[in-house]
Formats: sequence, structure tokens, C-alpha cells
Amino acid sequence: MTDPTLLTARGLSLSFGAIPALRDVDVDLWPGEMLAVVGESGSGKTTLLNVLSGRLAPDSGIVRYRDPQDRLHDVHAMPAPALRTLHRSDWGFVHQDPRQNLRMAVSAGGNVGERLMAQGARHYGDIRATALDWLSQVEIDADRTDDLPRTFSGGMLQRLQIARTLVTHPRLVFMDEPTGGLDVSVQARLLDLIRSLVARLRIAAVLVTHDIAVARLLAQRIAVMQRGRIVETGLTDQVLDDPRHPYTQLLVSSVLTV
Amino acid sequence: MKGYNFAYLDEQTKRMIRRALLKAVAIPGHQVPFGSREMPLPYGWGTGGIQVTASILGPRDVLKVIDQGADDTTNAVSIRRFFAKTAGVRTTTATAEATVIQTRHRIPEKALRDDQIIVYQVPQPEPLWRLEPSRVETRRMHGLADYGLMHVKLYEDIARFGQVSISYDYPVMVNGRYLMSPSPIPAFDNPKMDMMPALQLFGAGREKRIYAIPPWTRVKSLDFDDHPFRAINAPHACGLCGATDAYLDEVVMDDHGGRLFVCSDTDHCAERRAAGHPGMGGTKEAAE
Repeated sequence: MTDPTLLTARGLSLSFGAIPALRDVDVDLWPGEMLAVVGESGSGKTTLLNVLSGRLAPDSGIVRYRDPQDRLHDVHAMPAPALRTLHRSDWGFVHQDPRQNLRMAVSAGGNVGERLMAQGARHYGDIRATALDWLSQVEIDADRTDDLPRTFSGGMLQRLQIARTLVTHPRLVFMDEPTGGLDVSVQARLLDLIRSLVARLRIAAVLVTHDIAVARLLAQRIAVMQRGRIVETGLTDQVLDDPRHPYTQLLVSSVLTV
Repeated sequence: MKGYNFAYLDEQTKRMIRRALLKAVAIPGHQVPFGSREMPLPYGWGTGGIQVTASILGPRDVLKVIDQGADDTTNAVSIRRFFAKTAGVRTTTATAEATVIQTRHRIPEKALRDDQIIVYQVPQPEPLWRLEPSRVETRRMHGLADYGLMHVKLYEDIARFGQVSISYDYPVMVNGRYLMSPSPIPAFDNPKMDMMPALQLFGAGREKRIYAIPPWTRVKSLDFDDHPFRAINAPHACGLCGATDAYLDEVVMDDHGGRLFVCSDTDHCAERRAAGHPGMGGTKEAAE
């Protein structure tokens, strides 16, 4: 690949006391590509996501982000206002629990509009039109626009969170188990939605999941983590069809097939 | 008055408050913490304003105190008497004569001059307090000028009611940088703060915060381009002086629907009446 990478991490290490959460992790992410990070609970997936997004500082290592003007930024050396600006414009974060990201006391339309207003949008009509457009893109009825999120189902909340995150057209989205805790049919619809939105908007994404099927459906590349290390990485189909590392083999063979 | 320092507070406390005031003036709209003292009146009655007034008062100052625009309400009368007693300063009810005006809930109708100071009593200095419960987070939001959340509140109002439904304590941006609570003055008074020649000081006693707007500073009420800020007032004329451009209070006169709209600024109203402006009296709503 000759394109410059969007996000590059080298030699990330982080310990929580005696427990190493990340050990010498390298990550490359190219524009428009989705990278899945899979592994068992406690393997450091979420920690990796938090370090990559600048929410958590590593003990050692560096994360570099290339902005649209082709300048490289050391994510952990950025001043707090710049990082915050990045998080609400160029980047997005989708949590497993949408309640962490949404404002439950604010209507669905207001939730979608907040990022626009934080960026300085000051035209009510435009903000509302954009919010309505995004709600329809994530298949939420227009007549629910002014309802509070607490009247929404789990799947709707997750779709609302995605609309709220993507409304500013981020180039890079971090997703932490976006389909966790949803029932299977809702999961399938949501995965479909994420896949079409990400492809259409050419969003790059780091997707953390413990569900190999989700990784296979969405991601072009996959990284398998075990005890804070990336033990195997490559094209998703390649890794899953022909796993090399014993742990990956175990992971693939332990998936239930119906 | 014997046994008390000039204007009640001791000199060290006044120095501390003046330091906070200087910092507040230097950073318009920024909330500066200060060591608020116990005052001989309860929190919520103007302990913040009274401490600021005590710190800036000199022997030659002329003090006016208003509460909801009126010079003759309990709070205004007590605070005026307090300073007449402890500082021996001259007090007045005429806006034009005063050099220091302490106020609760109003800005006088008469335009203030550059040789006057207005001191606001503030119950809640944090404009974001209903939206973001954590003070750590609101401080960070002020630090980063991250005020999208306040606009979300305005958005919600328009989506729900068709207009911004904040009628008092309407949030303002000071000098294009800090979001500020103007204290619970009616939104009607907000435009008076913009480019005001007088120094504006704000004291919140319970919350231990001081902030300020220096003279000739831009103060803009938050709004949307397609829903501009509007000052709201009752669509009536004052029943006593006929004023149509002053903020009006509604007074219920009897239990048959009779009501009277009068200027909330008593000094303004009295001055107009003395100049011979007649009012039309009260109005009677049609009985049901």
C-alpha cells in the first residue's frame, strides 16, 4: 500500500500496576479502512482503543494521526483543546453502551445536533434539517425526533448514537463493541447499517469486538490480541480461514456454528 | 459606626475581594473564586453583592440599592440602611445621583454612565449548571470555550415551544469568549449590558464566585441566526406613567380580573410621573 496511513501506532505499552494491558503494540490504519481488534475479555482491546484515541496515555510508544491537511500529530502530545476539537469533528467514538455517549435528557434531534452546534453551527433550520436527515439514515422515524432517548429501545439508542457520531462526517471512528448487548436480529440490522454508512462515507474505523462474525462481516483487516500483545494480524478472510497462531486457531475453532 | 470597620468588612477581606475583582475585570466573564465571608444576612439575600459593594465603597460614594427594580422593598431598604450605618455613605433612590448601584434582578431603565458601578447579586454564577452537573466538567468547558451544550438547550426550546423559553437569567457571551450568567435579570435587560459605559461587577456569596464585565465590552445574548434574540416585555403601557419602553410588573388588583401593569423600576416611574406623564390605570379582563 502506497497511501500514507491515517493513524500509526508504534511500540505501545501500558501496565496497570503489575498487569500489562498492552505490550509493544503496533497499529497502522489507512483511510477508509476498517480494522477489527478481536480477542478474549481482558486481552487489552478496549485499552488499545482508549490509547489510540488519546483518552488514555501509554507508558511508552507513540500514536500519530494525519489530519486532512496532511500534517502529522502526536496524539498524546497534543494540547487538550486540540484533542477535544479532533474528538468532536474529525473523530468519533461509538460506545458499547449508548447511554455513555447520549444525553438522555435531550431529544433525539438535539443529540444529533449537539456536535454540529459544538462546531459552531448557529442556524436552527439547518441543524434541524441535518438532524432529520441523519435520523432517517439510521432508520429512526421523523416523528420520534423530539422524543427523549429514554423512550427508545436498545437498538434505536445504538442507531441514534451512530447518527450523533457520524453527523460531522468524521474520518476516523473508534467503535467499542457496537453490537454488544443487542439481540441477534437487531445486531444484524445494525451491522448492515454500519457497513453501508462506513462504505458510503469512506470512514476509517477501529472496531473492537469479541465476536469474530462481526469482524468478518465489517472489517478488511483484523488484529488478534492475547494478553496485551497482537499475536496475529492480516486480511480478515486470510486470518480467519487460515489461522497461524495457536491462539487464533483456538478462537476460530471455538465459534459455534448452527 | 463604633466597633466596626468602615463598610463592615475588615481591610484584609476587602483586599482579598479587590484582588478577585481585578482578576475578574481582567478576564471578562470568567468566574473568579473568592473567600466569601459570613454576612449578617442569609445566603440568597445578597451576601455576594453586599461583599462586593463593601469592598469598593469609599466615603464619598452615593449608594443606590434596588430589588426587582424597586427602591422600597425589604431587601433594598435593609441593605441601603446597612451601608448608611456601617459606612456612613450617602444613599439615594435616584439612578442618576448614585455612584454605586447594588441590584437584584434588574438593571435600571436610565442608561448608566462611565462614572457609575453596578453590582449584581448572583444566586448561581454557573450558566451551565442545569445542563452539566459536574463543576470539574463545566470548568473544563469554560477553559476550552466548549459551549455547544448551551445551544443544545436553546435548540430543545425551539423544537418544543417554537421559541427560546428562557425569560430571565438568559445566558450571554462576554467579549466573544466566556459564557456568563447575567444573574436573574429579565432577558429584557440583556441588551443594556452590551457596551455599557459603567463597570459591571457580579458577586455570588454562597457559591463564592466573583465575575465582571469591564466598561464598553461586547455582551451578546445567545441565539440562532434564524431565531434571533428578542427582548420580551408585557404588551402594555405602565398604568401609572404610561411608559411603553420600560419593563413592566403585573399587579393583580382584585379578584375580578382587574390588573395593573406598572414599571418595575420605581425611580424611573416616579421621575416620569413628576414630569407629567399620566398613566391609564389598571385594565379589566372580560369576565368569563
